[in-house]
Amino acid sequence: MVGNADLFVNWSRKSSLWYLLFATACCGIELMQAGASRYDMDRFGAVFRATPRQSDLMLVAGTITHKMAERVKRLYDQMPEPKYVISMGSCANTGGPFYKDSYCVVKGVDLIIPVDVYIPGCPPRPEALIDGIMKLQKIIMKKKNYGAKA
Amino acid sequence: MEARAIFDMLKGKFGDAVVELQGEGCSPAFVVVASAAVKEVSRFLKEDPNLSFDVLMCLSGVDYKEKFAVAYHLHSMKHRHAIGMKALLPHEAPSLPTVDDVWPGANFHEREAFDLFGIVFEGSKDLRRILLPPDWEGHPLRKDYKYPDFYHGIKV
Repeated sequence: MVGNADLFVNWSRKSSLWYLLFATACCGIELMQAGASRYDMDRFGAVFRATPRQSDLMLVAGTITHKMAERVKRLYDQMPEPKYVISMGSCANTGGPFYKDSYCVVKGVDLIIPVDVYIPGCPPRPEALIDGIMKLQKIIMKKKNYGAKA
Repeated sequence: MEARAIFDMLKGKFGDAVVELQGEGCSPAFVVVASAAVKEVSRFLKEDPNLSFDVLMCLSGVDYKEKFAVAYHLHSMKHRHAIGMKALLPHEAPSLPTVDDVWPGANFHEREAFDLFGIVFEGSKDLRRILLPPDWEGHPLRKDYKYPDFYHGIKV
């Protein structure tokens, strides 16, 4: 009985992953492409939102500078639980081409906020992004919300 | 007008404040100007009808290790000619007069040069950091810049 409740809650969460538009560099262009009609992330229940208060998923698409880091943290804090983060592209994963000898780029968004799925690529194609969303859906399906200790 | 003619014109008007002509034949050639005279020379370059350099295409800082320089790229929409102007500054406390009252667009360029090189533009209407956060320490494009280990608790 408890297992079925978990299944239902997880299924509904994974099927309506509304993501916060957070495009700071060229990955944002691929993100728009993935959201538009050709790749159509609507099929997975992933719809973009322009406000953190209606979002379940933060898609960090692009380079994060130290000046931006504060805003990333603030937007993440404004999202309601449960919340997930996908780090899209080399810049958000590790700093990418700015890893060495850059004073202003944060070397990975996981230094600021917890990340669930990393998508490699510079920038990743929409197929890779969709794969990342499906990976996140699998992670969500494994969550134990009720009776976790039973 | 050719670079040599512009240089001779400036030399005749400002005398010793105009030092030399660099890179003749390059595009653009650079007129080296004493830093204190930058504003007067700029105003003349803009307002003289034979020159009328109405566009400041770029203003950038340069670090030569033992000294700094500010380079101005000028273009005239009327005469379709271009010239560079350069002012050399000491390495300690570099400063020179602003040109944002001659070309208003100079302000953002000057803020960038201030932000990344620490060159002070005296009399500027608004000289704040433009790219980096306001509480950043140091000027990163200087060749003797030392990277901080942390910024607000995040590793740099």
